[in-house]
Amino acid sequence: MSETIETSSETITLTIDGQEIQAKTGQTILQAACENGIYIPTLCALHADKENGLKSDIAPGTCRICTVRVNGRTMAACTTPVAQDYIVENDTEELNDLRKTIVELLFVEGNHFCPSCEKSGSCDLQALAYRYQMLSPRFRYAFSSREVNAESPKLLFDRNRCILCRRCVLAITTEDGKQLFGFTKRGDKSGIIMDEELVKNISEEQAQQAMHICPVGAIIRKEKGFDTPFGQRKYDHNPIGSETVCTTCNGEKS
Amino acid sequence: MSEHIAAISDIAAKYDNDPNRLLDILIDVQAQERCVTDDVTRQLAQQVGLSWADIHQTVSFYHFLSETPRGEYTIYLNNGPVAIMQGYEEVAAAFSEAAGCSIDSVTEDGRIGLFVTADIGMGDQEIAALINRVVFTCLTPEKARALVKDMQEGLSVQDMARKHREYGDGNNSLPAIHSMVRNNIQKAGPVCLGPYEVGVALRKCATQSPEDILSQIKASKLRGRGGAGFPTAMKWEFCAKAQGPERCVVANADEGEPGTFKDRVLLTERAELLFEGMAICAYAVGATTGSLYLRGEYTYLREYLEQVLEQMRADNLLGKDIAGKAGFDFDIRVQLGAGSYVCGEESALLESAEGKRGEPRNRPPFPAQSGYRAMPTVIDNVETLASAAQIIDKGADWFSNMGTEESTGTKVLSISGDCDRPGIYEVEFGITIGELLDMAGARDPQAVQVGGPSGHCLNADARDTMISFEGCSSAGAIIIIGKQHDLLAIIDNFMEFFTDESCGSCGPCRSGTWMLRNTLRRIRQGQGTREDLTSMRQLSEVMKKTTKCGLGHTAPHPILNTMDNFPHLYEALIPEQSDIRVFDLEASIKAANAAVGRTSASKETREKEEEQL
Ligand SMILES: Cc1cc2nc3c(=O)[nH]c(=O)nc-3n(C[C@H](O)[C@H](O)[C@H](O)COP(=O)(O)O)c2cc1C
Ligand code: SF4
Ligand code: SF4
Ligand code: SF4
Ligand code: FES
Repeated sequence: MSETIETSSETITLTIDGQEIQAKTGQTILQAACENGIYIPTLCALHADKENGLKSDIAPGTCRICTVRVNGRTMAACTTPVAQDYIVENDTEELNDLRKTIVELLFVEGNHFCPSCEKSGSCDLQALAYRYQMLSPRFRYAFSSREVNAESPKLLFDRNRCILCRRCVLAITTEDGKQLFGFTKRGDKSGIIMDEELVKNISEEQAQQAMHICPVGAIIRKEKGFDTPFGQRKYDHNPIGSETVCTTCNGEKS
Repeated sequence: MSEHIAAISDIAAKYDNDPNRLLDILIDVQAQERCVTDDVTRQLAQQVGLSWADIHQTVSFYHFLSETPRGEYTIYLNNGPVAIMQGYEEVAAAFSEAAGCSIDSVTEDGRIGLFVTADIGMGDQEIAALINRVVFTCLTPEKARALVKDMQEGLSVQDMARKHREYGDGNNSLPAIHSMVRNNIQKAGPVCLGPYEVGVALRKCATQSPEDILSQIKASKLRGRGGAGFPTAMKWEFCAKAQGPERCVVANADEGEPGTFKDRVLLTERAELLFEGMAICAYAVGATTGSLYLRGEYTYLREYLEQVLEQMRADNLLGKDIAGKAGFDFDIRVQLGAGSYVCGEESALLESAEGKRGEPRNRPPFPAQSGYRAMPTVIDNVETLASAAQIIDKGADWFSNMGTEESTGTKVLSISGDCDRPGIYEVEFGITIGELLDMAGARDPQAVQVGGPSGHCLNADARDTMISFEGCSSAGAIIIIGKQHDLLAIIDNFMEFFTDESCGSCGPCRSGTWMLRNTLRRIRQGQGTREDLTSMRQLSEVMKKTTKCGLGHTAPHPILNTMDNFPHLYEALIPEQSDIRVFDLEASIKAANAAVGRTSASKETREKEEEQL
């Protein structure tokens, strides 16, 4: 499911929203855009960097918010490799409207009360809702009943806020590669489960990493709340996508 | 307890503790233990070297695997579209009452578990159910009660089946099948159900070069019968050209689209033809590994299929140096599914065959580049492969002279619903809906669902519509819906189906499906607004454009088709002026107060209070 894309040296050219850019074969459209300072929204794909501790980029391809048009066809930018002369549309009214709908669906699927959420201000979902000017979702809430798990001494797992992106499933593992998180069931009953035995013994650092990679406030580290005050958080001054280099790679070029 | 651990251990060992065979292991554990408990999951994780979470992911995905016991006898009553038209409710009530447990539960003594499942491929002999993998057809409330009595008395499922109904026609009565399922072949066409002699096509194949085989398939203009209609020769060529030390051919016998049951009959009556087709494909692309992905619902055919494979090996039609051709090595194994519609999607099928959740992969790479266990893989529908074998035997011209310009050959259709002659019809492409309705003896049709829920819902104006890739395509299902039925109830059933069968991986499909279902339900309850119609259209657009696989692309079809072709049904349900949003404050306060048990402050007292402030 995840794809580690090996980059080879061949350079090709493609255009995104009319801007001609260079990319390397083997890269995804998202990676190429990112390196060229073009913002494509993401919720599940994550660029590996020092802070998140990932060894390689992940692209679960689950959220679909990165949908772009490639030579006229809609595709996920995070899983579609670049090719010579691709014409990619990204920041268009049509696509931004799709993205807004996806954000709205995520809001009504879970239970989000931003004012009481530890992640508020540095939450990607919230930031995207602002970006796409979501007022009140046009869909009805599911009011789903979701379990909160606070068993682990280090982690609070609040499924109400989980958007099922699977970053945690792919990225949080023990040293010998055992998954701490898993995806359970299917359809409207889908959810994330934890291996409670493993999560019980999770280290301070790994708990921090899990909270960091979670795009929303579903994984919260215990004992250390609100260490960045409101008003000084990631998106408080710079709305998502406003940086010249996108947040996915935090300015680090691969 | 240690005996128990040993039993599980033996099952895993039977599959060499291979994590790629996890699905087979879990199916066997479920059959033996009636569930896969958390302890077993931990034990298996150790034994096959996977994470607990990884195994849990797989167990929780499949409908026929469960973490809690499903009873000594597990009844899976299907609630597919034809079943709900033909008395599912009454049969379900009879089972439930007689067994003394509600649906989705197990009797207190643990003997009988009563569950529902999506269409099991018996649309021509509903009401149908699986009891411990044995198919029971033509159920009525009386028969349901009799079956419960048998279970309470401890009869074996085989004995129950024999008592219930005689063996079906054709191969259904062979000892290796011994099933009550009937073929109901109403019209045998020349290709898939036509005259056929085992081995002729494969022997012809072995005397030619792989390129010759490819060029004949190309000349026949054969296109995939599984839904998308992709040119078969092109797919084979991609695979033949892909880099890889080994290649693989997979026959897709998942047949999960409600209302489709044609592959069931081909598997029963033309298994050799299918396997020959697979071997021919293997020869053309240079594959050595073959797999038949058989839906869990058709487990009753497995023993027979294994027997056919064994016989073909004995006859040098599989195995080493096939048909005497040195180096033509190819063999096939049967991979069972465990209850999931999306596993019919080719890349999900591969995941499932590798023992994982049946989730569609991100593409590229496509299966032809990297498929089953990273081998370049051809995945074709059963009917496509059977047709390919006949093309090699009887010639590309013979084939392409049938059908239409863009859709050559024949199509095997499964017709069910309100008609006098439900069953299998092999017809040339280009046949019209009207001709089909007449052939099957349709009774007062209101709608025809072509291609199952993911296909097209047509109204009475569609008699002249052609079945073909350029016209209206169908992977096999034709469901005739008579005027006596509430069409939107059937559409509701389809939406429930998609909601349950979505793999849950991508957001817009996972929540789009239940959103559409809920909105439809609200409209059906007379609480819909005109805005709901707009929002359903918008949402459908988003799903089509952003979801990862065909399930998400097509799940909105039932709603879109009925809004287009049966607008009056929606009009009748939506109250006039529903688009004006009225908010009655007093009524809302009353309701809220009633909910929390407070007495209502009237408007006047509130106004007084406000003045005082
Ligand atoms: C949700 C979904 C379910 C599918 N189910 C089946 C199936 O049961 N049988 C089948 O042959 N193809 C099914 N397909 C189509 C397959 O993905 C694939 O296109 C087909 O097996 C290719 O074979 P063909 O070229 O012979 O048609 C399904 C596709 C989707 C998106
Ligand atoms: S996770 Fe994000 S969107 Fe959800 S409540 Fe927290 S801040 Fe708001
Ligand atoms: S817990 Fe966070 S990282 Fe894991 S799936 Fe949910 S939203 Fe994604
Ligand atoms: S479209 Fe639906 S079934 Fe297909 S991958 Fe996405 S969630 Fe799964
Ligand atoms: S970022 Fe591409 S699908 Fe989530």
